Amino acid sequence: MSEERMSVIVTTIASLLFPFIFIFSFYVIMHGHLTPGGGFQGGAIGASAIVMLIVAYGAREVYKKASDEKLSIFESVGGLLFVLVGILGFILAASFLSNFLVGEPIFGNIPPFGSNPGELNSGGILPLLNIAVGMKVIGGLASVVLIMALAGGEKK
Amino acid sequence: MNVDWLLEHSPALIIVLPLLAAFLTPIIDKFSKKARNAFVIAVLIIEEILVIFLAHDVFTNGIHIYTMGAANPTETVPAQAAVPIRIVLEVDGMSIFMALISATVSLAAAIYSLAYIEEEKGKGKFYTLLLLVLVGMLGMELTGDMFNMFVFLEVLSIACAALIAYRSHFGDSVEGAFKFLIISSIAALFVLFAIALLYAQYDLLNIAALASAINYTHLDKIALVLLIAAFAMKCGAVPMHFWTPDAYSVAPSSITAMLVAASQASLYALFRVCFTLYGVTLNLATIGAVIIIFGLLSMFVGVTMAIPQKDIKRLMAYHAISQTGYMLLGVGVGLYLLTKPEFSSYGIKAMEGGIFHIINHAMYKGLLFLTAGAIYYRLKTRNLNEMGGLGHSMKYTSIFFIIGALAIAGIPPFNGFASKLLIYEAAYKVSPILSIIAMLVSILTLASFVKVFHSAFMGPKIHDVEEVPKSMLAGMAVLTFVIILFGLFPGWVVSNIVHPAAQALADQAAYIQAVLGG
Repeated sequence: MSEERMSVIVTTIASLLFPFIFIFSFYVIMHGHLTPGGGFQGGAIGASAIVMLIVAYGAREVYKKASDEKLSIFESVGGLLFVLVGILGFILAASFLSNFLVGEPIFGNIPPFGSNPGELNSGGILPLLNIAVGMKVIGGLASVVLIMALAGGEKK
Repeated sequence: MNVDWLLEHSPALIIVLPLLAAFLTPIIDKFSKKARNAFVIAVLIIEEILVIFLAHDVFTNGIHIYTMGAANPTETVPAQAAVPIRIVLEVDGMSIFMALISATVSLAAAIYSLAYIEEEKGKGKFYTLLLLVLVGMLGMELTGDMFNMFVFLEVLSIACAALIAYRSHFGDSVEGAFKFLIISSIAALFVLFAIALLYAQYDLLNIAALASAINYTHLDKIALVLLIAAFAMKCGAVPMHFWTPDAYSVAPSSITAMLVAASQASLYALFRVCFTLYGVTLNLATIGAVIIIFGLLSMFVGVTMAIPQKDIKRLMAYHAISQTGYMLLGVGVGLYLLTKPEFSSYGIKAMEGGIFHIINHAMYKGLLFLTAGAIYYRLKTRNLNEMGGLGHSMKYTSIFFIIGALAIAGIPPFNGFASKLLIYEAAYKVSPILSIIAMLVSILTLASFVKVFHSAFMGPKIHDVEEVPKSMLAGMAVLTFVIILFGLFPGWVVSNIVHPAAQALADQAAYIQAVLGG
């Protein structure tokens, strides 16, 4: 098990970088409705942070903190959130996936027409859907890489 | 929540319900396995009821439209725009007919799976994927948007590939799944490229809006070739059938039954593209003849390849190819005659035969694969030479097998007879040779199933086995019930379900009008 773990320099840098990569991932997800990127891209960045930990600490040690079962639950919750936001469209507005948040205090502002720097507090349900997709991608990609890393490690 | 509300939103609900259930299944799985099983079955039963509910409305009141995210679900063209921008679900007779097949087969497969995969690992993921396969099929069938169809095609392909490889400890499962995945990705890329060609010219993705704008330019012809090739590949038509025996034979049997329905969703997409997207702009004689030739080749090559097989599921997989040929023949004859005066007399009859054969095939081929699974469940082999004498101990399974085998061979009073007769009669008027080949294939089909029945169920008792568990019998019974029902009342089924479906497929103008208005 100790063979998988890299030197203390690598592990320390990885631990230090981990929160920053996650913040960047969250930034890309949250600005999905304003800038290039979105749920999938941000989620892939977040998953890459976990992949970095797998490289630095070894798959087994990461597995102890975040097993693939926990990650797949996280993934399911992401998928569930997406469908639930869609279903709320039925209940609060007229049809599936209707933008029921327009005009509401959360994400409900309607930005002025024409070129503007972009307002985070807009977009209606789009940011929520991006968050759901981001959760799904983080959980899905991270568990795929984790399982492949574990399967590769068994041969030793 | 009243009935009108439910009816208005049912197209979206039909897709959303299994999607929601698919993501809930792994969470429920953490707490209780029994609750998970009950949940999946309950969802599929509700789904079946919803589909029948919507089908009843579509068959009485005509096309049902649902616009995702609009303030009013029937408002397809937003006030600020001239063309449909949002995703539109368009449910006509043909769509809901296919949805009925998908929902019924999925229900039977899930009930069957309860006991069938009892000893396997990762059952939570199995049911999640099973529900996602259903989502993919229903999405492809109910959508009125080309790109949406592509997305659901991908959902369907990936979920199917994962399920084919479910028994990953067998090397051949992984091989079959890999082949399926490669074929699906190529087909999906073809479809995407074709959609891009259409979008570049017309700035439209909605099928109805595209159909009204299309004028059969050279680029449209390229797109048509790509779409026909991709969907024919996915539905397993000869000469692009090579993945079918590999994937069908290695998947768990309940999944093989669903793969049959999944292939038919691609067949539906093929018909939708030919009849609705291109419709009368096509060079009907050529494209109709191409589809008929695909059909004849599939019928003949499929059945001749099936006869020498020793692996029971591989044999049935080749028969699935051969039966797909009947559907292509029937509907191809309809397409060939679409604008001719003969269409209203026997062209529509040929289409009815082809379309009726789709539902019949899904039921009896699903049943046959489930019986093959039952044999595998007890003997752990698919080799016909190692079977024998199972009729002594597995009485119900052998009865179900006889019903399925007689239905596929087109013996009255089972349902295969009704649809094959319609195809023979109509195809004979186009060219007698078509009917002769179809009948010959039918005889060869019977011959090969007599062989299977003899080697698996007849003879002295050599295996000391018991009947399969009740849930597997219940899954088979669901399909048997439909087969017998359709076999006893083919007239009612044809005039109330199949004829509206064929009419909906042939009537391009009504499909366009439902979205774009007068």
